Amino acid sequence: MVRIDERNAAVEPRPARPPRRRHTQRVPVALLLPAVAGLAFLVLPLAGLVVRAPWATLWQRLTEPGALTALRLSLQTATVATLVCLALGVPLAWLLARVEFPGRRVVRALVTVPLVLPPVVGGVALLLVFGRKGLLGTWLDAAVGVTLPFTTTGVVVAEAFVAMPFLVIAVEGALRGADTRFEEAAATLGAGRWTTFTHVTLPLIAPGIAAGGVLCWARALGEFGATITFAGNYPGITQTMPLAVYQTMEGGDLSGAVVLSLILLIVSVTILAALRDKWITSG
Amino acid sequence: MAGLTAVALAGLVGCGGTDDTGGNAAPSAEVTGAVTVFAAASLTESFTQIGKDFEAAHPGSTVTFNFAGSSALATQINQGAPADVFASAAPTNMATVTDAGNGDGTATTFVRNQLVIAVPKGNPKGVKGLADLTGAGVKVALCAEQVPCGAAAKKALSAANVAITPVTLEQDVKAALAKVRLGEVDAALVYRTDAHAAASDVDGVEFAESAGAINDYPIVVLKNAPNRAGAQAFVAYVLSDKGQAVLTAAGFQAP
Repeated sequence: MVRIDERNAAVEPRPARPPRRRHTQRVPVALLLPAVAGLAFLVLPLAGLVVRAPWATLWQRLTEPGALTALRLSLQTATVATLVCLALGVPLAWLLARVEFPGRRVVRALVTVPLVLPPVVGGVALLLVFGRKGLLGTWLDAAVGVTLPFTTTGVVVAEAFVAMPFLVIAVEGALRGADTRFEEAAATLGAGRWTTFTHVTLPLIAPGIAAGGVLCWARALGEFGATITFAGNYPGITQTMPLAVYQTMEGGDLSGAVVLSLILLIVSVTILAALRDKWITSG
Repeated sequence: MAGLTAVALAGLVGCGGTDDTGGNAAPSAEVTGAVTVFAAASLTESFTQIGKDFEAAHPGSTVTFNFAGSSALATQINQGAPADVFASAAPTNMATVTDAGNGDGTATTFVRNQLVIAVPKGNPKGVKGLADLTGAGVKVALCAEQVPCGAAAKKALSAANVAITPVTLEQDVKAALAKVRLGEVDAALVYRTDAHAAASDVDGVEFAESAGAINDYPIVVLKNAPNRAGAQAFVAYVLSDKGQAVLTAAGFQAP
């Protein structure tokens, strides 16, 4: 996330950097060894997935309707959850970055709570509020006849709850890194806060929003704990890819679980790489 | 020092809880250390009690449990989880372990269990049988098919010729029960013993077709048991009159 801040701080053309000094000194072993161990620790489990994949039957398993249903549901819900997070999270980030109000530090801390909360706890909390017997859920059920648990909307709610802090933090970082002189100039030229926001601020921090959106989407795609606790597990309705992986593994079908994991890995890495090329590195 | 130990042990036995463990249940000479038991979620309450009784009968031993869906436990055991005893809620999941050569000898059936319809206390939807679960206004939680309670539910439903569209497929019977306790569903197919254990929150509605889907619960000492003596003693305790009494009190049927 620090990196994202830097990128957005760099939206304004910088003075030319001093020429980089060549690092001709040797890399200290005390740094190199843990670095390599850390890399191995991150890469080995993924390599394990590739090694243990049942390559012979891979294509047949890839095209099984169950896998495709779960994948489609995952992509749809993660995308809708990201849109929800953008609609609510960007204004929230703006509020935190641009408006002085009492208790702002507390609000910022509250925003990051879902980030450190175990997602299962988030799912329980969502049930207590939006469940059929929950604080708001009772009212929703009685007044509008809407219940969220066990619905695809419930999956989106769970994913948005867990993923939104990533977006808010990234966008707030972008806002803080952006040069406020452009906004001040717009204000002196008579633009109101809304016009300034839509015509100056948004274009200025677009790369930051894109980066935050990608992060948010990736987190939503991988969501498991809040989803299974709050939305339940039913194929085609609430069973996203992570839930399908879990159920397949629990059922003893190890190679099936590996195939599903590989699909999720390949799809998410491909999409992230494509978005990265399009949005993030262009900044 | 010896006196101190004796006092500590007496305290331990005293804490054991039930009155019927005062006597010598089994020779306890060789049984010490930790015994790790992987047991079906439906055994949570009764095995926790049996574990306490066992520890009281075998001073110096501790029993730790891993309660989960039997299919998940079988997967964990076959992946090398360090367990001493496996108690499954169905022979199929036991076979997953023994067929992989991870059982020590053959499994013994120690209890049987059957399904009931768990509904919120007072049965607000007036559920009397499986046929009442088919309506659109009734939300039902089932166990996933891989788990014994799910397999039994499937069997009972096809015996009754009733098709249900559940709202969720849970990974073990306690998770299905929890959805009823939370009020998120109107009914769940769980074991009679689970409804019994949650009697303060749920009612168990008996239905005729459950007789056609009775689960045998097998137990086995695992081949790679880190504490073989402890494992054998625990299995013997479960099969003993004292163990069986706890299980019967929880609503299980004798094999």
